[in-house]
Amino acid sequence: MPVLSLENISQEFGGLRALDAVNIDVAELAIFGIIGPNGAGKTTLFNIITGFYVPTEGSLIFQGRNVNGVATHSIARLGIARTFQNIRLFNKLSVLDNVRIGCHGVSKCGFFSSLLGLPAMLREEKQIKEEAVRLLALVGLYEKRQEYAENLAYGEQRKLEIARALALKPSLLLLDEPAAGMNTGEKAELMDLIREIRQDMKITILLVEHDMNLVMNICERIAVLDYGRKIAEGSPFEIKSDERVIQSYLGAGA
Amino acid sequence: MFWEQLLNGLTLGSTYALIALGYTMVYGIVQLINFAHGEIYMFGAFAGLFLVSFCGVNIVLALLGAMAFCMLLGMLIERIAYRPLRGKSSRLSALISAIGVSIFLSTLMVLLAETNTRRYPDVVPNHSFHLGSLDFSLMQIIILLFSAVLMVGLQLMVQKTRIGKAMRACSQDLDAAYLMGINVNRVISFTFAVGSALAAAGGVMVAIYYNAVWPYMGTMAGLKAFSAAVLGGIGSIPGAMIGGLSLGVLEIMGVAYLSSSYKDAIAFGILILVLLIRPQGLLGQKISKKV
Repeated sequence: MPVLSLENISQEFGGLRALDAVNIDVAELAIFGIIGPNGAGKTTLFNIITGFYVPTEGSLIFQGRNVNGVATHSIARLGIARTFQNIRLFNKLSVLDNVRIGCHGVSKCGFFSSLLGLPAMLREEKQIKEEAVRLLALVGLYEKRQEYAENLAYGEQRKLEIARALALKPSLLLLDEPAAGMNTGEKAELMDLIREIRQDMKITILLVEHDMNLVMNICERIAVLDYGRKIAEGSPFEIKSDERVIQSYLGAGA
Repeated sequence: MFWEQLLNGLTLGSTYALIALGYTMVYGIVQLINFAHGEIYMFGAFAGLFLVSFCGVNIVLALLGAMAFCMLLGMLIERIAYRPLRGKSSRLSALISAIGVSIFLSTLMVLLAETNTRRYPDVVPNHSFHLGSLDFSLMQIIILLFSAVLMVGLQLMVQKTRIGKAMRACSQDLDAAYLMGINVNRVISFTFAVGSALAAAGGVMVAIYYNAVWPYMGTMAGLKAFSAAVLGGIGSIPGAMIGGLSLGVLEIMGVAYLSSSYKDAIAFGILILVLLIRPQGLLGQKISKKV
């Protein structure tokens, strides 16, 4: 059973049809890529999956459950986490607190015990700190845990976004152009990190990316969007040789 | 003379600060100037009066009761008048809704209590103290101490607790906060509750200090506190505290050394100057828009 199914998803903004009857199934523990030219509807798709938009038509099935219209914060708690194309960290919080906030979202202790500092809550807070430290170590930001998020370098901020998303203990992680602005070395590290997340933490990965090298390298399956329609889906090899994809996106030389 | 005026200024200023905190916290998270905030302060003063006069409880319980009542009132207003508009319509609609709530609340109080000025029975002994040449009253001490306790408590809550972190996260990026599983509506509700409780504490204490409670008392106090919040940098919690205290001191000094008829002109003159010279306020951050 797929972790995530998009069934006939359409999204209209006024008269503009940003997505047109898109069907995508993301298998469990896949690394699934979505590519397409700018304005193809990739980020809109992410916004639908995370509950920011309720699709005009179609349904969104996550782990066998229809989550159309479920509030964004509830979807996050159900296990879908994301990063942003334009980085959106809590700039004035420390690196550690950025990750801790994610842990709080899925923690058990209620509102009042957190206000009163009850023992159960203090114990949980300690676990949360350990968990946050572990995630920071995973993405290589442990040394910087006390810095303000805004003082990190660009590539580091991208990694922090990933750590913060992982803090939600998601079963599906959406990465919106994770490699944007990274150099070759950082991209290689990122690919290792993504594989490690899937392998060790058992998280399915869905990513939007323009770097074809990265996409072809780590994705097992790729869907191509163009003007809101899915024009192709398949393995990297199939996509590379698909006539329509080459025409609309990869370019004749690819 | 100077020290006594300074003490008077700080007393007045800490009540401004208590009200200003509500403006600034709400603005920090939802970018709304809650124009009904002054009326919540007024309702707090009346709730305290009601508890003291009709229920016969002592002043400490009445103060806490008024704070609890205004917490509920603040959350109710947010739920009914602001939340339905959030995200669906422009920020201007929420602002207009706030003005509507403000008029509704003061008119409602006129219906309930009529326009005449009431006063608290003698709940706090009219004791005065002398320290060298300095004269001050028991009520001044209470206002200064209790405001300080509330402000320190607020700072601890915002910096140390989980809900405080969630509030700061929401004020920095609401959408990202949603995606971190934060129940943003609950955080906003909580923010209104805390801000309203602080305003109620201010309302009760000011009503006792000046010996006056009336349905329109929130209008001027609200505008002054709003100026204080802008002076400190709207959206900044320490800013509201500093803004409130400075405004109180400046106002009292103006009255003492210039003329009492300039009292209100000073507050709003400062508001205009801040907006002209340093629109981000004392502690606010300058946001340069990306183009």
